[in-house]
Amino acid sequence: MTSSKKKTIFTAAVLAVLLAVCVVVDMTLPSYHIVVVVIKKATVYSLVAVSMNLLNGFTGLFSLGQAGFMLLGAYAYGVLTIPVDKRASVYQYFDGGAIQFSLPEIFSGALGDTVGTVVGMLAALLVGGILAALLAYLIGLPVLRLKSDYLAIATLGFAEILRAFFQWNTLGPITNGSNLLKSYPAFSHATPYVILAGLMIAVIVLLINSTYGRAFKAIRDDEVAAEAMGINLAHHKRLAFIISSFFAGIGGGMMAMYMGTIAAAPFKSTLTYEILLIVVIGGIGSITGSILASFLYIFSSEWLLRGLDAGKFLGISAPSVFKNGFRMVVLSVIIMIIVLFFRRGLMGDKELPDLLDRRPKKREKEAAGK
Amino acid sequence: MQAILPYVINGISVGGQYALIAIGYTLVYGILRLINFAHGDVFMVAGLVMVYATTALPMYVALPLVLIVTVILGFTIERVAYKPLRTAPRMSVMISAIGVSYLIQNLAFYITGGVPQPVTNPIPWISENVTIFGESTKRVTLVTPVLTIVLVFALVYLINHTKIGMAMRAAAKDFETAQLMGIKINAVISMTFVIGSFLAAVGAMLYFTNYPSVAITSGGMPGLKAFVAAVFGGIGSIPGAVVGAFIIGLCEEIIKGLGYTTFSDAFTFALLIVVLCVKPTGLFGEKVTDKV
Repeated sequence: MTSSKKKTIFTAAVLAVLLAVCVVVDMTLPSYHIVVVVIKKATVYSLVAVSMNLLNGFTGLFSLGQAGFMLLGAYAYGVLTIPVDKRASVYQYFDGGAIQFSLPEIFSGALGDTVGTVVGMLAALLVGGILAALLAYLIGLPVLRLKSDYLAIATLGFAEILRAFFQWNTLGPITNGSNLLKSYPAFSHATPYVILAGLMIAVIVLLINSTYGRAFKAIRDDEVAAEAMGINLAHHKRLAFIISSFFAGIGGGMMAMYMGTIAAAPFKSTLTYEILLIVVIGGIGSITGSILASFLYIFSSEWLLRGLDAGKFLGISAPSVFKNGFRMVVLSVIIMIIVLFFRRGLMGDKELPDLLDRRPKKREKEAAGK
Repeated sequence: MQAILPYVINGISVGGQYALIAIGYTLVYGILRLINFAHGDVFMVAGLVMVYATTALPMYVALPLVLIVTVILGFTIERVAYKPLRTAPRMSVMISAIGVSYLIQNLAFYITGGVPQPVTNPIPWISENVTIFGESTKRVTLVTPVLTIVLVFALVYLINHTKIGMAMRAAAKDFETAQLMGIKINAVISMTFVIGSFLAAVGAMLYFTNYPSVAITSGGMPGLKAFVAAVFGGIGSIPGAVVGAFIIGLCEEIIKGLGYTTFSDAFTFALLIVVLCVKPTGLFGEKVTDKV
């Protein structure tokens, strides 16, 4: 069996097992159970981390605007899916808001209740993604001419401007100003999140393995050489920026679903930093690394290290040390250690199936040695 | 005019505080080509230390303590997080800076419990109210610009007329050659961080005298704005950073005065993007070509 065939089978098997585990978890545990919560949050983070990796790791554009695009996706999702009869209470300070329709309700009129709601929700996610992509196109026009740290600061700046806009009271009839958006429909089980994020990530993987992906990598490795080989720098950079933002927008919509309420406050630069650090932990330039790191990060911060905040950890009870916030301190120290001493992260620029490559060689060597 | 006057006075004061932070950015960038994302958080820590120190200790002990702690923090950050990465790609160092910022914020959250710490014991003389042109304001508003200018002149003297200043200029021009000429590059870089943190600590003392409390996120915004000021003035240039900071402080307060408070932050970033696209070297920046 060839190595690539082996890898495909391996990947398919892993995916099938993961999906099966997810379905079993959903069937046995209630939706508020910590396992379900971790899976939901981690899949959303995976998607956003992979989208950021596409830009920072594969194209070499150091952008810090992810939180802004997520914000846009989240708001688009909320605004388009809040049921019409609940709008009066959600937009209580803005006379029920300016938008008096809800995508899930429109679709359920045509397709029946269950299917229609789901289609409407997906459509709202898609709209969020497209809006984020459009905005990325506009922002990209001036910003993508900048390099490394200037690009980082400019994209960070745009994310902050966007946040200011969404909190502006004049836009209140649409964004609800500085008040929460809530009462919108959301998937309560983990499986839909996994399937959705999985599909999106699959698209990104296909893209990376296409000619476009190879062009992105060429730009990352050496811009001048890439241009000399006939790659249109401006076009490919713009494309990477738009695609990454599109998926960040969808990730933002899914984040809104997971959180249950939408406000502009959580989409600060800290969120971007968090995702960037996840990408670094996983290895800049590795999709599976980003996914693994997201799950590890969310699993440790939401579950494993919970005890550090609650006074009791590993059987040691020390409420004066293990108080609120200690968990994040420990986590950020670990992150710093990875950043300083294990710069390649978990996976470097390898993917999980690549691990299969080494073993047969090792065995051959051992056989030859004997 | 009468209506806009208090905002102008405030703007000059805020500008002075931004200038003190911006110098830290511009010095570090001049030598290491690194945006020190943690600088805003160092500023925040200085504010927190001030709150804790002034409540527990007499003022003449507390204020020097704030300066010392902040300087040690800046020095330690450089030694622990940036020095091991001296030969690494720029992106790694920037990520490390972001990691430090994240760590400091989480640490501050742990220590304060996430509650904004009220400034219960502000520095006496400068927090008193005075009346100027018929407007009542705190004395710190008037002290800040003066103190800023004095410190900047002292710094410019240090850089132009002392040995360490000459070493800093050499390191900023060409890192490797400076090293070949026998300049102890690590000492120079540490000195840069010490000066930057010292000025940030002074800035924090002035800034938080005007505010009721210090929150863990208090450092982020002033930090980013000071960075924009540094870019606007031409990163690497000290007079540029100061002029940029005053302009940004003024514009921001005037925008607040016109009733668009939501957009005072957005304005700063819009300015940044315009500057980067139109004149990336800023007002006083030297033109640098990328060395391949």
